[in-house]
Amino acid sequence: MAAAASAQHRSDPLATRIIGWGWLALSVALAGWFATMVPTIADGGAYATSVPWIPGLGINLSFRVDGLSLLFALLISGIGAIIFLYSGSYLAGHRQLFRFYLFLGGFKLSMLGLVLTDNLITLFVFWELTTVTSYLLIGFDHANPAARRSALQGLLVTGAGALALLAGVVLIGHVAGTYEISEILADSDVLRDSPLYLAILVLVLAGAFTKSAQWPFHFWLPNAMAAPTPISAYLHSATMVKAGVYLLARLQPSLDDTTVWVLTLTVFGAITAVLGSVLALRQSDLKLMLAYTTVMALGTCVLFLGVDSPIASTAAITFILVHALYKASLFLVVGAIDHGTGTRQIDRLGNLGKAMPITAATAAIAGLSMAGMPPFIGFIGKELKYKGTLAFDLAPGVLTAVVVTANACMVAVAVMIAWRVFHRPRRRDSEGAPHAPHEAPPKMWLGPIVLALLGLLFGAVPWLIDRGLVAPGVAALGEPESFQLALWHGINVPLALSVITLASGIVLYRYRDRIRALLYALAVRLPWSGDRAYDVAMSALVWIAKAQTRVLQGGVLRHYLTTVFVVLVVALGATLMARDALIWPAAWPVLMAHEWGVAALIVVGTVMAAFAGSRLAAICALGVVGVGVALLFLSFGAPDLAKTQLLVETLVVIIVAIVMLRLPRLAPNRSEPLWRPGHAVISVVAGGLLTLVLLSVTAEPFDLRITEYFEATSAPEAFGRNIVNVILVDFRALDTMGEIAVVAIAGLAAFGLIGLRRARRSEGKSR
Amino acid sequence: MTSLILGTATRLLVPLMLVFSLYLLWRGHNEPGGGFVGGLIAAIGFALYALGRGTAALREALRVDPRSIAMVGLAMAIAAGLLAVLTGDAFLTGLWWRPTIGEGYLPLGTPLLFDVGVYLVVVGGVITLLLALEEDDGRREPPADGPADGGGA
Repeated sequence: MAAAASAQHRSDPLATRIIGWGWLALSVALAGWFATMVPTIADGGAYATSVPWIPGLGINLSFRVDGLSLLFALLISGIGAIIFLYSGSYLAGHRQLFRFYLFLGGFKLSMLGLVLTDNLITLFVFWELTTVTSYLLIGFDHANPAARRSALQGLLVTGAGALALLAGVVLIGHVAGTYEISEILADSDVLRDSPLYLAILVLVLAGAFTKSAQWPFHFWLPNAMAAPTPISAYLHSATMVKAGVYLLARLQPSLDDTTVWVLTLTVFGAITAVLGSVLALRQSDLKLMLAYTTVMALGTCVLFLGVDSPIASTAAITFILVHALYKASLFLVVGAIDHGTGTRQIDRLGNLGKAMPITAATAAIAGLSMAGMPPFIGFIGKELKYKGTLAFDLAPGVLTAVVVTANACMVAVAVMIAWRVFHRPRRRDSEGAPHAPHEAPPKMWLGPIVLALLGLLFGAVPWLIDRGLVAPGVAALGEPESFQLALWHGINVPLALSVITLASGIVLYRYRDRIRALLYALAVRLPWSGDRAYDVAMSALVWIAKAQTRVLQGGVLRHYLTTVFVVLVVALGATLMARDALIWPAAWPVLMAHEWGVAALIVVGTVMAAFAGSRLAAICALGVVGVGVALLFLSFGAPDLAKTQLLVETLVVIIVAIVMLRLPRLAPNRSEPLWRPGHAVISVVAGGLLTLVLLSVTAEPFDLRITEYFEATSAPEAFGRNIVNVILVDFRALDTMGEIAVVAIAGLAAFGLIGLRRARRSEGKSR
Repeated sequence: MTSLILGTATRLLVPLMLVFSLYLLWRGHNEPGGGFVGGLIAAIGFALYALGRGTAALREALRVDPRSIAMVGLAMAIAAGLLAVLTGDAFLTGLWWRPTIGEGYLPLGTPLLFDVGVYLVVVGGVITLLLALEEDDGRREPPADGPADGGGA
């Protein structure tokens, strides 16, 4: 009902303005606040605070800012501010802009929590919050089935990985004896020396690889481009997908340096980097092109986190910053192109530079950084990567070739987006853009150009970030010394590799159409892909669910009850036999005359219920049993229980009487016999077995400690003499709260189900 | 489904039952009673009213949707728990305020608030269920529709 109402709902313009500007102000304030922390962190300090959450389980809302957290926090709040500014213009007049801001702000806070928390369980909670907000944002255009599918796919892939991560986190807590990340990292070898190391590693990697779209889970990320472009720029490029990278970086000091760590990260990172960069060349949609280059960037980060050396760590940290700056900027540029022309198809776009000069300049600056040209920060990042791979112990040649290939593809993509679209005519055989291009409004060019210029500034003056941002980040990876950032390291192998990269990139650009056609032909012939595997898995899941529902929940109450009782008998019987737990009471109690009477009443009621010819008779007979039980309670001094039992019996009779009016007559055609031997056996065995269990239980002496505690404390501490009620509302109030929640939900569910039936029926009538 | 005799009897019975249910709720902490039993009696009273005079009359007499009654009850129970959190105790710790009146005192505390919440949830939940069933107009479905209804979904 809520969904139907909100589909018609239009955001209140005033509330939308307030929340939009509010988030923007908060983002700016947070970015400023984090910036003031830079000097302390650069000096090797850290900020920490902790509030107990569930202290009994070692779960705390503890937060700690060190170099790594600070870098991410600055990116999240800084780029977040730009995204809020941009979205206000990009989605101006959208019906549900308020909702958009709500989701986006929720995501931003979750992501900040994720990178700032010092407790693994809390980290997991924030991790899942980003999954959920990402789901809502990918599916923001919820009327579009493709967006819904992509949203669900992202949710399921990253959610499944998150479950693995949770298991890994619990194992880490079990091995290390704490969930506090700083304590785990301080005890450096505790995880590596544990026999559970491999299990922990596999589980954590499953979480990180799904979140950060590593092969073979990379397919969800390009599909997530169904989200509005500012979302793609923010979540699916600069921040959320880096959460997996962040987690690996965060835990690297405790998990790395083993063969399996190095091999897994370098192999998966390398495959992802090459796959992403090559697939980027296959795309004709600018946004998808950028999405695949993001896959490449994530692979590169994982690759460099695999190796524990000062250069590799410096390369990883620097590249996180480099990539966030140019990629967010380019995504926003593509959003401006889409906004200004109505298409993102590269073939249909050309010569946009004249109409969109500012956007063109932004694209050029960010594109030069992406292509790794001096004096942009992309150049420094690229040189560091080459230095890093050349220094690898393991197959430096192969890994260097991998990175050169990926970077060459980056050059080609950068030329296509930053130059081809703006300064070359469109493809001759294409139909052209839907409408004539116009420059983006100021809110939409301000942010991207700031990001692009920062890339130029940090590249030209690297000491701005060298000691302040990069070195503390590298220190958080357990490297005491970072590699100094500089534009010029002399004429050396990395410089030569840069020249090769640039040359091959230009070649790739020249033959772009042929390469795209070739890759496309290849992709169509491939029998298998992650996306198809996802579809197969989903339809298998639905098939299994349907099949087991048909078998277990056919809609006949008798069959449900048969299943329940057979399972009960088998489980109880097997346990009793395996444990040899049956005890015969030593002495039989002597029953008073009235107790015999009550027992006889119950037996008579039971037999009557079993052999009743109509439902009404059966209900009455069951009522007799209920009253008998209430009498038993009363004679053994439990008036509260007796009263409740009687009242519930009364209500059951009323409810059943109402329901019966709607049911078909019992065995309407008399085709089924009243005497069913199978049912008789099941009921006699189940009843007999329960009797035996009760006899065994009561034959044991009772442990009276809890009873005594309640008796001793009920009146003086809880101010009540009725222990039953004091237990219900005070000692065990949490249980009661769960129970009343069930009562309320059951009432609502019955209302909903019956309402649904009614709606269906009236629909049938009107047809 | 209205009947003259029942309708007349409910005039007397229902107020009595409601008063008695409140009495049980109030005394529950020291004598047999409490929110659950009290709520059940009140619910049966309302059920009687509906049987005697029809569901529309009950809805009119209640004035609020029974679903809201249940939700308000749940909210009260949660609020009773959260009050303790505000003072720094664990969730649902009993807090007491016992102003003296003459020689005795009035025992007020969050457990009482909690119990009132239980009472309202039971009343609201049961009446929601009853009204949903009673207002369902599909009587005597053809047998073919009966068992198949639960499947499929």
